[in-house]
Amino acid sequence: MDLLQFARGPALTWALAIFAFGMTWRLAGILLLKRRPDYSEPRNATSWPGALKLIISRSWPRREFIQRTAFGQALGYIFHIGLAIVVFGFAPHILFFRGLTGLDWPNLPNAIIYLSGAITLGALIVVLGRRLIHPVLRLLSNFDDYFSWFVTFAPVATGMLAVAHLGARYETLLAIHILSVALLLVWFPFGKLMHAALVFVSRGSTGALFERKGASI
Amino acid sequence: MSTADIDSAHPLELNQPRFSVKKPEPRYDKQGDMPDAQRVETAMRYFVKDFGAVAATYMESCIHCGMCAEACHFYIATENPKYTPIWKLEPFKQAYKREAGPFAAIYRALNLKKKVTVEQLEEWQELLYDSCTLCGRCTLICPMGIDIAALVGLARHGMNQAGLVPHELWAVAERAEREGSPLGATPKVFKERCEWLADDNEVEIFVDKAQADVVAAMSSIEIMKYPGSIVATSKILNHLGLNWTFRSDGYEATNFGMLSGNSAWQREASMKLINATIAAGAKLLILPECGHAYGAMRWQGANIYGKPLPFRVLHISEFLAENTKSGALKTKPLSKTMTFHDPCQVSRRGGAIEAPREVIDGLGAELIEMQDTKGLNWCCGGGGGVVTIHRADHIRYQAFQIKMKQIDNTGAEMLVSSCSNCRQTFDDGQDHFHWDKTMLSLLDLVADNLEDK
Repeated sequence: MDLLQFARGPALTWALAIFAFGMTWRLAGILLLKRRPDYSEPRNATSWPGALKLIISRSWPRREFIQRTAFGQALGYIFHIGLAIVVFGFAPHILFFRGLTGLDWPNLPNAIIYLSGAITLGALIVVLGRRLIHPVLRLLSNFDDYFSWFVTFAPVATGMLAVAHLGARYETLLAIHILSVALLLVWFPFGKLMHAALVFVSRGSTGALFERKGASI
Repeated sequence: MSTADIDSAHPLELNQPRFSVKKPEPRYDKQGDMPDAQRVETAMRYFVKDFGAVAATYMESCIHCGMCAEACHFYIATENPKYTPIWKLEPFKQAYKREAGPFAAIYRALNLKKKVTVEQLEEWQELLYDSCTLCGRCTLICPMGIDIAALVGLARHGMNQAGLVPHELWAVAERAEREGSPLGATPKVFKERCEWLADDNEVEIFVDKAQADVVAAMSSIEIMKYPGSIVATSKILNHLGLNWTFRSDGYEATNFGMLSGNSAWQREASMKLINATIAAGAKLLILPECGHAYGAMRWQGANIYGKPLPFRVLHISEFLAENTKSGALKTKPLSKTMTFHDPCQVSRRGGAIEAPREVIDGLGAELIEMQDTKGLNWCCGGGGGVVTIHRADHIRYQAFQIKMKQIDNTGAEMLVSSCSNCRQTFDDGQDHFHWDKTMLSLLDLVADNLEDK
């Protein structure tokens, strides 16, 4: 078994299994905890509109905060959108997803993928620099922050090298790219990348609780 | 819990405008003589005691983006990163991951998260108490929607049980538990005050009526520092012709048990009010101009009672708004401009945002809103028990300058709020900065401008 076969075979299979198990375990470990009844007289009888509202509205900065948060949020938007374009718009990735789920969708032109990949890498480098320099971010940061950054950066970087055939044989570069994706999948449930799922749970919980009280959301 | 060191090590100044200790030099306070290891174990046990799915979701969700700092008055005023709201929970996040989270076994087995030490908790005492007013502004900026203020409240449960509460806050909470009021407003003092206020102001003040439709409560700050609120409340309830009373077995609405993190004391204070209202057969409990009292009873009271309360609970501003809208409360027009400071626990976190504005509208005053207002209002800096902690004065004054600037920018003639704790913080800030603005009570304004019948 060569490196590419290993990456495409057992490495990816095990990574996907760990990803699925880890996600289920972590979500179950949170969501199955007790929820106490709230006997207070609600200001608003239905609370789910608050959950929906917060899930949507918190994606945009508020007027009151935008001056202080615009740079960080713009960076976040750039690399998240860039990642989405690269992951879901690149033809070989769509083939991979079709094999996994049976779903299919049209791909984006390669030029857009390459540009998005380059912008994403640039934005991620700025994100890392900011984390190292900004006093608040430096204080808050731990292994999870830096390792999560690495496992996000690595697949984009190795993917770009693979399509550009730079630095090694294509098969080797592709194998490294797939292994970096496997690493991302393995780490995903254990660290902050899990926010991709938790963002809905966390925002939804606060939105529903606050809507009940008529509190600001 | 032993209190032996309190009076000797930190003598109390009972006659000052604010309840205080002499020489409030930087220090970490401890109550009792529990061994350090036991303090840590107790803190963590009580932190997770009331944990449910929501709190666990919050603990798992932080992405370390640091945005919460940009909403916090203590960080904005000092630019010190340690005042980043989510950082205030760091030891508790560490303990949660190690002891209670879904992957706790892995964290422990590989020692990926170290055990929390008592030194950490001592250091974090300042962050959990002195520099957090539980105002919840950070909740509104968090991209994950984490209610950081709620988590700080849970962390205070742990700190309280471990005997790691700032001395003044612990002392007022303990006094409230022992005497029924944190500032010496015992039932006897309260009844005597009501008697002389009734004589001095020629107003009927009902105390301990056996049956009443409405029970009114007061905050100890009002009873001891702003007794005009007792008169104002009485005037308005009499003006409305209601069958009402104060109850000497349940009049104190402040809940320092809640602020200091002592669930048992919180429960006891709340149950006094609940039982007194039930004993009077009342259908309505009116809470005074006090922010945290509203959160304690309006949103937590029924859960402490264990079932829906058999009476309505309204903040005084909600009560005034209801009666203004119905036309029952008639006031003389007040042709002034005013700005309104939203008390965080009533407005942002309590949901009574429009009520005071409807009252101001009824008064015929022109309301000039501050730039960041209503739910996005800046805290006065004194909530969450912070105004009682003197070693926190320096950062509280720094944070207060944000508020002063906000208010000065409105150019309004009058400054009004509906929280006596905010009012006390404003009075202290006005005195400290020789500021030309005086915080007024919305309740007093209404009472002073009632139409003659």
